[in-house]
Amino acid sequence: MNSLEKHANNIRKNIVKMVANAKSGHPGGSLSATEILSVLYFEEMKIDESNVDSCDRDRFVLSKGHASPCLYATLAERGLLHDDLMTFRKLNSNLQGHPNMRSVAGVDMSTGSLGQGISAAVGMAIANKVDHNDHRIYALLGDGECEEGQVWEAAMCAAHYKLDNLCAIVDFNGLQIDGEIQDVMNPCPIDQKFAAFGWNVIVIDGHDYDQIRAAFAKARACKGQPTMILAKTIKGKGVSFMENNAGWHGVAPNEEQLAQALKELEAND
Amino acid sequence: MAKATREAYGEELQKLVQENDKIVVLDADLSGSTKTAMAKKVAPERFFNIGIAEGNMIGVAAGIASSGHPVFASSFAMFATGRCWEQIRNSIVYPGMNVKICGSHGGISVGEDGVSHQATEDMAIMRSIPEMRVFCPCDEWETKAIIRHVANDDKPCYVRLGRSAVENFFDENTKFEIGKVQVLNRGQKVAIFATGLMVQECMKAVSTLKAQGMEPTVVDVSCIKPLDEEGVVEILKQHDFVITAEEHNIIGGLGSAICEVACKLHPIKIRRIGIQDEFAQSGSYKELLKAYKLSDEAIVEAVKEYYQSL
Ligand SMILES: Cc1ncc(C[n+]2csc(CCOP(=O)(O)OP(=O)(O)O)c2C)c(N)n1
Ligand SMILES: [Mg+2]
Repeated sequence: MNSLEKHANNIRKNIVKMVANAKSGHPGGSLSATEILSVLYFEEMKIDESNVDSCDRDRFVLSKGHASPCLYATLAERGLLHDDLMTFRKLNSNLQGHPNMRSVAGVDMSTGSLGQGISAAVGMAIANKVDHNDHRIYALLGDGECEEGQVWEAAMCAAHYKLDNLCAIVDFNGLQIDGEIQDVMNPCPIDQKFAAFGWNVIVIDGHDYDQIRAAFAKARACKGQPTMILAKTIKGKGVSFMENNAGWHGVAPNEEQLAQALKELEAND
Repeated sequence: MAKATREAYGEELQKLVQENDKIVVLDADLSGSTKTAMAKKVAPERFFNIGIAEGNMIGVAAGIASSGHPVFASSFAMFATGRCWEQIRNSIVYPGMNVKICGSHGGISVGEDGVSHQATEDMAIMRSIPEMRVFCPCDEWETKAIIRHVANDDKPCYVRLGRSAVENFFDENTKFEIGKVQVLNRGQKVAIFATGLMVQECMKAVSTLKAQGMEPTVVDVSCIKPLDEEGVVEILKQHDFVITAEEHNIIGGLGSAICEVACKLHPIKIRRIGIQDEFAQSGSYKELLKAYKLSDEAIVEAVKEYYQSL
C-alpha cells in the first residue's frame, strides 16, 4: 500500500465507524467516492491549512451531500478538520448529517438537497471568471442525483459560459435508494447527455487512482468547456456485504457488522 | 401501540388502491420511507417511481389527475413541498387537480439528517396557497381517516406525516368529523391547540400538570386549513390563556392560524410553542424536541408560567 492508498483505507474505516457510531447516515455512497475524494484532497486541489478558511482557493462541492462521512473523514485525514469524527450527527456537533458550510471551514457549500450543489459549483466557477483567478471548482454528483432537472439546467449553463474551470464528477455506482437507477428512473447514458450539453466527458474506473489522476489532468488541460468525469464505481466499495447493495444506502451497521467491516478494511493495511 | 403516521398512511393507501382502481401513486425514490411501496406491492401497474425529480413528479401528477385519476404523490415533506412549491401552486391547486401531496418526515423529528431534511416551513408554504387544504394528523387512526377522506373527494390537499412512532389517542371506531378541532382533554383556564406529533407531547404534559393541580384543555387540530374557526373560537372563549404547539416554525403554521382567528373574532393572549424562527440541527429526535423546547417539559413550563403570572 502506498501512502494515498493508506489514507483512503483510513477514510473508509472512519466512514463505517462514524455511521455505526451515529446509528444513522449513508455508508454506500460514501465508500464509492473514497478514491475520488482522496485524490482530490491529497493531490489535485490546492488546499491546505493556510487557506482552508478562505474561498480564495480551489473549492469542492459535495452535491450528493449525503456522502458527508466521506467528506469529513477525508478532511480529517488531510489534517484540515480537527473535530472528533465520532460527534457526527450528534447534537451540537459541527459535523451535521449533511454538510453545513457554516460549521466546518473545509466545507465549501451546504448541501443535502440533491441537484442543488452543482448549480452552486457553476456559480463559483462564474465568480472565478469574474475575478480572473485560476482556482478550480470541483463537484461530485450521484448518478441518481442526475435525475433532478436542475442538474441539466446547471449543465447547460456551465457549457454556455464555457466554464473550463469547472470539473464535475458523477459517482456512477448504478444504485439509488429505491433500487437500480435503470429500474427507478434511468438517467443513462449520462456521459452522452453531458457531451450533448457541450461538456468534455471522460469515462474512468472511479477506484483506479491513475485513471482518476489522469482524468483531472485532462480536465485541467481542456479549454473552453467544463469537464465531466463519469467515474464507474461500486456502491459500498471495500466492505464486502455492502458492495452493490442498495440496502446499504442509508443504513448504519450494527456492532457486529462494524467489526466485520473493520476486519476487512484492516486486512488491507 | 405506537405507530408512525407515515406507516398508517402506507397501510390505508394500500387498502384504497385496492378498493379504487382509478388511484395512481407517485413517489420520488423514497417509496420505502414514505411507505408508498405498500401501495406498489398490491397495485404495481398504478405505481410510478418518478425518480429523484420532485418538480417533475408534481407536473406529472397534474397530468394524470387531469385525465380523471386521483393521484397520491409522496416524498419527504421538505422536497414534496419545498422543492416544487411553484409547481404545486400553478399546476395542482390553481387548476384544481385531484392530487394529494403526502409528505413524510415532517418537522425536526426527522432527527439526524439535519436541517436540509427538516421541513419546518411546509405547512406555512402550503397554507398560503389559495384553496389548498392542509392536514397534519396526530396518530394512526386520525391519519387513516384523513387519507380515506381526501381519497373520496376531488380537491387538492397536503398531508404532513411524521417519521417517528406516536401514541394513539383515537381508536379504530372513532368517528371523525374531518375539518373540526377535537378536544382530547377537557381542562380549565389554559387551552393548548396542538397538531401532529405535538399532540402526544401535550398529552404527556397534561399528566404531569394534573398531578400538580393544573389541567389544561388539549385540542387536536389536524386540519390546519380550512381551520374550524367556530370550534376554535368556542375554545378561546372558555379559556383565559392559549398555547399553540407545532413541530414547525412559529411563523405561518398552526400558531399563526390560531392567532389569525383570535385577532378577528376573540383577541386573547397566545403563546406559540414551535421552532422559534431558527434552523435546527442534527440529533436524535428526542434530544431535538428538548433542545428546541418542543417536548412535554416545555409545555409544562409554559402552562406553569401562566399560573405563576396570576
Ligand atoms: C431533492 C432531494 N430529493 C430526495 C432526497 C433523498 N435522497 C437522499 S440520497 C438519495 C439517493 C441518491 O442516489 P445517488 O445520487 O445515486 O447517490 P449515491 O448512490 O451516490 O449514494 C435520495 C433520493 C434528497 N436528499 N434530496
Ligand atoms: Mg448512485
